[in-house]
Amino acid sequence: MMPLLKNTVLFYRDGFRSMVVGRTLWTIILIKLVILYVLSQVFFQDYLQTHFSTDAERSEHVISNLTDQASPNN
Amino acid sequence: MIESIDLTQVNWARAQFALTAMYHWIFVPLTLGLSFLLAFFETLYVRTGNEHWKQITKFWMRLFAVNFAIGVATGIILEFQFGTNWSNYSWIVGDIFGAPLAAEGLFAFFLEATFFAVMFFGWDRVSKRFHLFSTWMVAIGSNLSALWILVANGWMQVPVGMAFNPDSARFEMQNFMEILLSPVAISKFTHTTSSSFQVAALFVVGISCWFLLKKRHIMTAKRSIIVASVFGLLASLVVGFTGDEGAYIVAQKQPMKLAAIEGLYDGEKGCSLCAVGLLNTDKQPGDDKEPYIFAVKLPYALSILANRNLNSFVPGINDLVYGNPAQDIVGVTDKMASGKIAVEELARYKGFQKAGKTQAANAALVTFREHQHNLGYGFLETPEEAVPPVALSFYSFRVMVTLGSYFPILFAAMLFFTMRNSIEPKKWLLRLGFCSLFLGYIASEAGWVVAEVGRQPWAIQGLLPVTVARSNLTTATVQTTFFIFLVLFTILLIAELGIMFKQISIGPEDK
Repeated sequence: MMPLLKNTVLFYRDGFRSMVVGRTLWTIILIKLVILYVLSQVFFQDYLQTHFSTDAERSEHVISNLTDQASPNN
Repeated sequence: MIESIDLTQVNWARAQFALTAMYHWIFVPLTLGLSFLLAFFETLYVRTGNEHWKQITKFWMRLFAVNFAIGVATGIILEFQFGTNWSNYSWIVGDIFGAPLAAEGLFAFFLEATFFAVMFFGWDRVSKRFHLFSTWMVAIGSNLSALWILVANGWMQVPVGMAFNPDSARFEMQNFMEILLSPVAISKFTHTTSSSFQVAALFVVGISCWFLLKKRHIMTAKRSIIVASVFGLLASLVVGFTGDEGAYIVAQKQPMKLAAIEGLYDGEKGCSLCAVGLLNTDKQPGDDKEPYIFAVKLPYALSILANRNLNSFVPGINDLVYGNPAQDIVGVTDKMASGKIAVEELARYKGFQKAGKTQAANAALVTFREHQHNLGYGFLETPEEAVPPVALSFYSFRVMVTLGSYFPILFAAMLFFTMRNSIEPKKWLLRLGFCSLFLGYIASEAGWVVAEVGRQPWAIQGLLPVTVARSNLTTATVQTTFFIFLVLFTILLIAELGIMFKQISIGPEDK
């Protein structure tokens, strides 16, 4: 088991070390993930998760939205 | 023009979703198709032992990595938007979307991610055959990822295998296999993946043409063109068949979408298909104006396409909006009346439940069940709201089909002249091949415009319009994030193009 684990770790370590274009690509991926994380925390909070504490309240809110938004002119 | 655009919160949310989805879709088709081309190139290497095929594989693999790296995680932004901008929708479909997305994570993503490392790091560390196996697994895994997303999208187009639970306000899954094997889902998957194969084939052909124009990497370019053109031709055949099947399913399940795509207002028997045309922008449902300024029509073609029957009736927008008793078509007006009952009974059910009046609640629930299939229509204010944007659907469809019909001709010409070893002097064909790279993306994006604009106003066909699917946010909030993403995507796209152009100009490591 240990040799397999060691070989796997070495495989990834050597692979990452030998990257050429990959270094730039990983840098872009990491920067992008950081930006997305920050955006998600600042702008993209889940509306129902942040405004309601239980599933019962969330379903109640959605049902209210469904029943309140029906057009009275219909 | 701008005055006529209603940029309210829901439209900003739609614009933001469209922007993100279209940006995401720049990367996805190339990943889906190029992964298979890598597998073909490497198979040729393993079977022939010719090191040149290995160089070819490694070169395209580098471009695959650039595309993958820039594209990765752009899909996550769509999921942010579900929770933020479309929270009602997100809640309502949570039970349905959970299963396909979990399946994607468990089966496809791990398959793809595990073998991805072997594909890139394992050239001199694992056997040739295991490396080849890994490359194939990446291709299969990538495409399986697409399956689950398209199953979810197919369900939105035609919801099946579920029931609405008025207590949880959710559509709950009743039959996973019915959702997975829905004809809409299968049609979307086969058409989307095969058209993505075309995009990838055009990408390889286009860049190879550029090499030939620059008189660089001649052998790599010619061999790449041969493999990509064969792949592109085979994909084009599948695109044709699946496109035809998709149109048939749309005619059966989403007739309003087909009517909008065709600019067909008044249905008829033996209906002709508009091959080329210019729409009259003043035309509105219910008026007497001509729908086209000019149109070249193929007699009976739409009846055959829609119903596999030469003289069958194909409903137009007016038939579907106002009803056509002679053809047993229930109009939107009647569906709105039924939908309104569904909404009212839902409200009554919840009210009675809160008041502890169980018997009255159950009676309301029975009536709701009788009308729930028209629930979404209860939210419309006018019958005409059920009509999707006709011009955008009409022109996008023609862009997609025209380009989709041109690609196999290009692939055949590329294959023919390359096999005859006479492609190099044909500068016009090489330039055409290079430019067609961009046309592939246009066709692919146009296809999604047809699919998604054509199903408006529905988030879930017939059950939930986008106006109800949204969150209770201010317009300014959605506008802010729209522009943040616009800037972010522009920067990322410039980064991708910069890295991609640099890697293309470096080219394969010819020996």
